[in-house]
Amino acid sequence: MTAYTATVTVRLKHGVLDPEAETTKQALERLDFELEDLRSADRFEIDLEAESADAASERASEMAERLLANPTIHDYDVEVDER
Amino acid sequence: MTVSIIRFGGSNCDRDAERALEHLGIDAEIVWHEDGLPEETTGVVLPGGFSYGDYLRAGAMAARAPIMDDVREAAADGTPVLGVCNGAQVGCESGLTEGAFTTNRSARFQCEHVYLRVERDDTPWTAHYDEGEVIEVPIAHGEGRYEIDDDRLDALEDDNRVLFRYCDEDGETGPAVNPNGSKHNVAGVLGERETVAVLMPHPERATLPDIGSTDGQGVLRGFESAETGV
Repeated sequence: MTAYTATVTVRLKHGVLDPEAETTKQALERLDFELEDLRSADRFEIDLEAESADAASERASEMAERLLANPTIHDYDVEVDER
Repeated sequence: MTVSIIRFGGSNCDRDAERALEHLGIDAEIVWHEDGLPEETTGVVLPGGFSYGDYLRAGAMAARAPIMDDVREAAADGTPVLGVCNGAQVGCESGLTEGAFTTNRSARFQCEHVYLRVERDDTPWTAHYDEGEVIEVPIAHGEGRYEIDDDRLDALEDDNRVLFRYCDEDGETGPAVNPNGSKHNVAGVLGERETVAVLMPHPERATLPDIGSTDGQGVLRGFESAETGV
């Protein structure tokens, strides 16, 4: 078994309104920053042990499918690194 | 007949629901989620509140509590299930109903009275209203914007499973009377069976005459049909 960190990034699907990101963008503009757009995402770092990087990725993907993301509004991606 | 009102850590409209149901003569009891669904349950309320502190997403944790397996099973067998506010979020997160309730367009918590148009009157939850009738009930949520893929929304509307829409006093819908940015002003939807419904507004807060509007009574009376078999 090898120790991995799986990083799951969950973000809103393209086209789904993100009022929190919009509010954050407006706050940055109030601080006199110039920016065109801002998107936010949730990032989960999951330490786990698995037979292979693929097995670690598969397990983390299932975590995203079943809990971390809501497929109605979210897309997600998974990256795996040895730890 | 006993309606089970499921209390999760952070539920806070469970007692309101119990009192409102009892006012209507409907027997109800609060059930702690870890105790499982009692066998004599004839209806289920997923109450409002902030289960699990809205961690991850509103309703996400409660939707995956073991008692929800019992609730899904009961719903599939035809037991009436009503999700209100946080309970509506739990309902969508658990797959009882389609779509998701997420952050209000305003990015603020909104606590106000709204008008709802009854979209159909042939469900247990709306049998006491007429189609097109306008009722007044309160909302109190930060994550009530109904979100769903356009294709699935079309399918939901074609199936006639939108139960309530936000509207004005005269029943007109549209962006100006959409409190939270919900797609097509959707405030409540039906599940696969008409005995399963979720809505963000609070019918239990519009039931007791002492606190104002009683327009929400009809929704809660949906549990009476389980008793009479209507």
